[in-house]
Amino acid sequence: MNTIKRILGVVWIILGPTIILFLFMQAADKIAAAAVGIARTNTTLQWSIIIIIFIPICAGLMIFGYYGVKGEYDRLPGSSDDL
Amino acid sequence: MSTPKDNVTQSITKVIAASSLGTLIEWYDFYIFGSLAVIIGHQLFPSDAGASALINTLAIFAAGFIVRPFGALVFGRLGDLIGRKYTFLLTLVLMGGSTFLIGLIPSYSSIGYAAPILVLILRLVQGLALGGEYGGAATYVAEHAPAGKRGFFTSWIQTTATLGLFLSLGVIVATKNILGAPAFADWGWRIPFLLSILLVGVSIYIRMKMHESPVFSKLKAEGKISANPLKESFQKKANFKMVLLALFGATMGQGVIWYTGQFYAQSFLENTCKLDFNESRYILLWAILFATPFFVIFGSWSDKVGRKWIMLSGMLLGILFYRPIYQYFIDATNVGEFQKTELKSTSAPIVTREFLAEKADSLITTTTIKTLNNGSTFKEIKAVTLHADETMPPTEKISFADVTLPNSTFWIIVALVFFQVLLVTMVYGPIAAFLVELFPTQIRYTSMSLPYHIGNGVFGGLVPFIATLVASFQGSTPLSGLWYPIGIASLSFVIGAVYINNKGDRDVTD
Repeated sequence: MNTIKRILGVVWIILGPTIILFLFMQAADKIAAAAVGIARTNTTLQWSIIIIIFIPICAGLMIFGYYGVKGEYDRLPGSSDDL
Repeated sequence: MSTPKDNVTQSITKVIAASSLGTLIEWYDFYIFGSLAVIIGHQLFPSDAGASALINTLAIFAAGFIVRPFGALVFGRLGDLIGRKYTFLLTLVLMGGSTFLIGLIPSYSSIGYAAPILVLILRLVQGLALGGEYGGAATYVAEHAPAGKRGFFTSWIQTTATLGLFLSLGVIVATKNILGAPAFADWGWRIPFLLSILLVGVSIYIRMKMHESPVFSKLKAEGKISANPLKESFQKKANFKMVLLALFGATMGQGVIWYTGQFYAQSFLENTCKLDFNESRYILLWAILFATPFFVIFGSWSDKVGRKWIMLSGMLLGILFYRPIYQYFIDATNVGEFQKTELKSTSAPIVTREFLAEKADSLITTTTIKTLNNGSTFKEIKAVTLHADETMPPTEKISFADVTLPNSTFWIIVALVFFQVLLVTMVYGPIAAFLVELFPTQIRYTSMSLPYHIGNGVFGGLVPFIATLVASFQGSTPLSGLWYPIGIASLSFVIGAVYINNKGDRDVTD
């Protein structure tokens, strides 16, 4: 199981920036498709909030993957004293 | 004669009641805004659709996705520094006060742009308060509960989000039925907001009488309180890795299952299947009513068999069954097909004609109410556009609205929504105990609040937006939007299955 945890760690490291890239592409697509004026401002605002909130989450996913690769999750703490 | 054991049980019952009531009211306050968003838009926002949409975006997106996790950090830190009791008392006052004040804001026609700005500010305060409330209530109850019954006791807190939704829908429907639709739209919508102050007042009175968590009091007496909970939670690797695990292996999947079962289902029935406004809400109300006891059943069961596999089973069942369930919703409400063979009667048509100013085209709308042999009724709206340029042929579009279901189909759909809420109870019932047991007392409030609100608020809250986005892709079908909750739940299921232990640390006193 520990080997699977480490292999999957690589997947999470790759998945983080992939999601951000996908969100940027979607944002550009949808903002360009919105009518010029307040509708475009609104779409830009929505996507800005989504990207701002997802950048740290995806960074978190990459750190999670990194910890996985490093074997940090091989043994989870059995009590708070282990933390 | 009462025994010491009876006194302990009685005291825990009071703790659960005081905590759950306050949390339920906070959820009620948060949801009535969402349920009344259209009326609030008409009354308090400018009539210009663009400006109104912009303010709505800020109110919904900012309150749900940014301010809620921020509230989790602010109040989580406070709860780990000064104590659970006073922190979640503060969140209750902020939530109740802002909800009450929303009900008092004069209309846009009276005070202009001050009205939507006040709504926005108060909505942000609501989001902030909600971010701080849940972690405090769950921690407070868990720190009173004995080890073998922590899942059972905290599951009462878990019922509050669903019951808050139920209460908000119930109060709105009852107020509307008593006052009538015109009076409700004019001023009656304020009543559910104003009512909040009474509920909050009672809850504050009860909470004031409660004592601080014994585990936190002991820590404080020993001088072991964390000097900087934020730093310890997120800069200390041993804690931070557990925060990440809680988010990606549990709360992320829980959030999408929660929002799909209780919000997306109702929205899909109303907007995609074109069910009547009340019909779609009655379906949800029945489903919630039948499913709510299962929060406690699964919470209690998790004390015996562990939290992990109950939560993950809820995710897995969602992954497997969402698409067949929603396909049934479409098939069972396809009145356009049914009327070809089952049409019983058609009302006299109502015809309206209007000119489309920008193109000098004209639109003729013919509305008829049809009844099928099985008792189902619906509105058929035929819109024909006659173009000013006579060389272009007329374009015709047929749509349906206000579909009511035959009795048997209604109850089958109630059963299918009940099943989805049952999955919510599986993922959500045990999760408070799971999160509490993951972190030490010094930083528990901070550490569990953030993953909960990112999982629930961000991943869950985005279900309607991203599902609509996916459904807009080329070649998509009405079911395509489900790939978002299915994808997130699958990711969370894999992470949870591989990385989380079924047997957690049951000692929360350390």
